[in-house]
Formats: sequence, structure tokens, C-alpha cells
Amino acid sequence: MNVTMPGGYVKGSSADLWKSPAADLGERLSSRLPYWLVLLWSEKDRAVGLTTAVAHTTTVEGVTVIATESLSKRFPRVTALDRLSLDIGPGVTGLVGANGAGKSTMIKILLGLSPATEGRAEVLGLDVQTSGAEIRERVGYMPEHDCLPPDVSATEFVVHMARMSGLPPTAARERTADTLRHVGLYEERYRPMGGYSTGMKQRVKLAQALVHDPKLVLLDEPTNGLDPVGRDEMLGLIRRVWTDFGISVLVTSHLLGELERTCDHVVVIDGGKLLRSSSTSDFTRTTTTLAVEVTDSDTHPDGTAVLRAALAEAGVTIHAGVEEGLPGAGHILLLEAPGEETYDLVRDTVAGLGLGLVRMEQRRHHIAEVFRPEASPQHEEVPAR
Amino acid sequence: MSTQIPQPSQAAPDTTRIHNIGYRAYDGPRLGRAYARRSLFSQSLRGAYGLGRSAKSKVLPMLLFGVMCIPALIFVAVAVVTKQSKLSIEYTQYALYLQVVISIYLAAQAPQSVSRDLRFRTVPLYFSRPIERADYVLAKFGAMASALFILTATPLLILWIGSLLAKMDFAEQTKMFGQGLVSVALLSVLFGGIGLVLAALTPRRGFGVAAVIAVLTVSYGAVSTLMGIAFATDNTGAIQWLGLFSPMTLIDGVQSTFLGAPPGFPELGGPSTGAGVIYVLVVLALIAASYGILMRRYRKVGL
Repeated sequence: MNVTMPGGYVKGSSADLWKSPAADLGERLSSRLPYWLVLLWSEKDRAVGLTTAVAHTTTVEGVTVIATESLSKRFPRVTALDRLSLDIGPGVTGLVGANGAGKSTMIKILLGLSPATEGRAEVLGLDVQTSGAEIRERVGYMPEHDCLPPDVSATEFVVHMARMSGLPPTAARERTADTLRHVGLYEERYRPMGGYSTGMKQRVKLAQALVHDPKLVLLDEPTNGLDPVGRDEMLGLIRRVWTDFGISVLVTSHLLGELERTCDHVVVIDGGKLLRSSSTSDFTRTTTTLAVEVTDSDTHPDGTAVLRAALAEAGVTIHAGVEEGLPGAGHILLLEAPGEETYDLVRDTVAGLGLGLVRMEQRRHHIAEVFRPEASPQHEEVPAR
Repeated sequence: MSTQIPQPSQAAPDTTRIHNIGYRAYDGPRLGRAYARRSLFSQSLRGAYGLGRSAKSKVLPMLLFGVMCIPALIFVAVAVVTKQSKLSIEYTQYALYLQVVISIYLAAQAPQSVSRDLRFRTVPLYFSRPIERADYVLAKFGAMASALFILTATPLLILWIGSLLAKMDFAEQTKMFGQGLVSVALLSVLFGGIGLVLAALTPRRGFGVAAVIAVLTVSYGAVSTLMGIAFATDNTGAIQWLGLFSPMTLIDGVQSTFLGAPPGFPELGGPSTGAGVIYVLVVLALIAASYGILMRRYRKVGL
């Protein structure tokens, strides 16, 4: 359900409101009415939202967010994009490629800032050639490079950027406060940005891309220059942009590995050509591998070996492979857990042996497997159109 | 709560949990391109006087604004006390006398307005929003010209109010005030354009400051020296054309031909009416060229 907040915000995804006739009317009215009247309208809209929201719970699925059709961009010397056809749905999509693979060119074209040499592209159903301004109103962009003036505070900067996106002054301030909090900037936001760490700067850059509540954000190498912890936090934040905020994400990276947890879908381009476009969900989510680690005890000096034997006896398939490079490597048993009962079996077996259970967790496959030639059978490839 | 958003089957890392305060979508009006252009204009105009920026950046513009106004206050005080029947300075001459102050102001504020965006690479953020290149250039150009107009027109307003307090002839003073305003408006647009072009050529602020000072003062010095040489060598035909080569003498030529101002160098005389038309055309061409160069400058900057 929608809950109208003071200041005219509606909680929950706006997707259901797009479809609500009352909201549609409200939107048309809001372009002509003074701001306070619009506020009144959205108060009224609350009642309507209560009744209509439920009916539209799945409309967000199956909509194309970005579509390109034999999109090409040729410069006198290089071909940046070569007849690229993509069909990207809602969610988090990774655009992977080496430096110079055409990622930035692609983003420029999608923002309607650079005409394609050939082919066409649509963003949120709008043609990039003719509706550049409309697209840029609904899309956020986070550049790869540094773009923050050091002598202004994050708050001032993001408020200004919100107004540049067309938000009225009051709304710009409210959304700035909200967005900065969402990306994890608190008291620091009143200090000049010159003194920020790289991680904080990246958060401000993300905030300015989100402040106008776009339907889609284009993030160009958001993890550049971050340490492993900052990288993980940024990737988690990006995931939340979709899961919590309902904003679709196109994120570029030259590292395939870091997108595995974040993306629903990965597009790999190389030399301007589409190399592969695959869904990552099968690999990163519905895996049946279970990792178990146990302590040793006086009666069983090698707890792992005892457990391995006990579980094998109970009919559990145990993977031969050993994980490397992770804490506890060598002490972790990887086993096949087709259902809930295996979890119980492991628990009971461990308890029966008098061992301590350190961890029992689902393991995800690595995305790199998707792109190996001998990819696993459950791999579902979405071929380019 | 809407439930159409698929929940992740694996949990986000704990480090991001603390931010989880619920996202609110924005459903209010989006005011579009013209509003964004206006916002950029007002932000730039305020910035030209240090408003909305650090206390340190307010010092210079406010100081220069004070310096521009103090002579006008003195003229007014003298006129009121001694009950003069006319001000001891012409409205149109005021900017000419205080051109150094105007040059310093422009040299300090034009780079502040455009070089920062280039240097810190904020420009791509603007162009990833609904505004277009022309909107950005117009907003920056308009803001700089308006800032200069505030700087140059406020002393004239003080003079005019003072002249009324001293009970001078209302119609005559108002007419001269009006001519003065037209003159400083033209000056503001011309100087604003030149200043921004010079500042936009380099992302380095220091170079911008130096370039603006050099172009304005060096050209004025050179032109007035050449005028003096031409006068001394009785080469009087050349004098009226020499004024075309410096922004200040251009404005001087225009106002002494069409706005009833005495020429900047009385002994040299002003340009003839025919030459005055050329002056106006050159001023307009320079303004148009400034706009054109700025548009060209930002063509490559987008992203």
C-alpha cells in the first residue's frame, strides 16, 4: 500500500502509481498546478493508492528498460560499438568489458548525448535520438571520473543537482537529505567534499544520480579506486538500489567477478561487439551446494574427516573439491543438499558426533563459470537478438 | 508496502543494513529544462557574489562592490551638501573611471563561474540532466552579465537617487540615468562574454584570472597609448578606429556617439556617427562571437 508522507512523497515503488489512473491524472495536473495544490492532490491520492496498488504488483516484470538494435558507433579511427543488439529488463544489469570495449560510449548514447552512427536505441521506451531530454529526466548517471567540487558540502551539491533535474526547491532539499542517508552519509554531509575519502565521494556521486528518483541509473565503474571493504559496501548499496528502491541499474565494470553478487544479468562486450548476454540468477542463487565446517574434539581429533565419513554413510553426496583462498579452507566440506532434510541430517550428524558446528551455509557458484566454454548444464543463456 | 520488488534470496552485507530506513519514491512535479536553466542562472549569479559559498569567497566580490559604490556616495554627499545643480560626474563616465574595479571583479568571478565546473569535471553531470549545452551557456553567460550589471548599475542608481535628493532637474537626470543604464548593460554583456570565453579556455583558475586582467587592461593601455601617439603625430583620422581594439574604448565609442556621453579622451574627440555604427556592430559581433565560442567550447566536454 502507499503511504503518503509529508512533503508529497509516496512510500513504496512508484511503479504501481504509474498505472493508477488517479496518479496519472495527478501527474498531468501537477505540471500545471502550484506546488501546494499538488501536495493536496497527493494527500487525496493516498486513498486511491490503497485500493489500486495490489492489482499491479507484477507490472514491473517483463518490461524492457534498455533496448538497442544493431547499434553502431564509429569514429574516424575506431569502431566503438559494432551492431550491438541488447534487450535489458528491470533489475541490476552488469555491462562488462575491458577498457575501451565501448562501455562509456554506450552510456553516452543511452543518455542521448551522442548520436549513434547506425541502428537505434530505446531507454524506458523512449527513443534516444528524439527524446534525449525526457530520458535524462528519468535516468540517473554516475560518471567514472571524479566530478565533485571540493569547496562545497555534499548537501549543497546534491541539492543543486536535484534542482538541475527539475525538482522544486523544497523537494530537492528533502530528497537530498533522504538520499544521502540512504547511501550512508550522515554528519559528514555538511562538510566540504574536499576532505572526503574515496568511498564517501563515491557515495555522493551515487546520491546525485539517485536524488531525483530515476527509473534507471547508469553507473560507470562505481567501484573504481575503492578498497575491498569499500567495494563490497558499494556493491551492496547497488543491489539495494534495485531491491529496496525499485530503481533499475546498469553498472559497468571491467571485473567480471565483482558483478556476480550484484547483478541479475550480465552483458559482456568486447571491441564494441556483444560477446555474451546471460542471466546470472541460476548461478548465484539457486545453488544446492552446502558448505559445512566443524570443530575438532578430543574423541575425534579430525572432526572434518569423521563428519565426511558419517555423512557419506548416510547417503549424502560430498564434493571432492576443496575451496581455496577462503578462511577455513581445507576444513570445509562441500556437499549436495537437494532439500531441507539434508540440513537436518547434517545438524543431527554433527550433534551425534559431539562436534561443534562452525558454519553451514549455501555456496554460490562463481559467475566465471557462466563464461567458461564447458559451462554447467543449468546454465540458461539468453542469446542476443 | 508494494510487494512487486523481488526480494533478494541472499542477504545484503551487514555493513549496509544501518542505512535501511525505507525508501520513499518521488511523485511530485518535475519542472523540466526551463526551471533547471533558471536554477543554474540564479545559482551562478549568487555565486558571483559569494552567496551560498564559503565566507572566504564572499570577501572579494563584496569588497569590490563596496569600492564601486563609495565614489558614488561621495559624489552624492558633495552634491547634496553643496546644493549643486548638476552632478560632478556623468552617469556614462562612471564605469569608465572605475574600469579597473570592474576588470578585477570579472577576472575573479568569471573563472569561478566556469573554470571550476571544467576543472572538477562537474560539467558532465549537468549534461546528463535535461538541460542542453545552450541552456548551460545561456545560464552562465546571463548570470555573469547580470552580476556585472548589478556591479555597474548600483552606483548609477545611487547617483540618480542622490540627484533627486539634491533636487536636480528630474527629467534631465532620469534621461541621463537611462542612458547610463543602457551603456552599462551593453558593457556588462560584452565584458561578461569576453571574461567567460577567456576563463572557459582553461580549467586552471589562475590562468583565467591572468588572461582576463591581461586582455582588459593591456588592450586598454595599448589602445590609449596608440591614440596618444596618433594624436601627437597629427594622425587624427586613425584615432577613431583605434578605439575598436579594446572593450572599454568600444563601449566608450558607442556611448559617446549614441548615448550623449562625452568621449573618454575629450581632446581627441569621439568617433563620427558612421564610425559609431561600426562600433555598435563590433560590440554586437563580439557578444555573438563569445556565445559561439562558448558553445563550441562545451561541445566536447559532455561526458
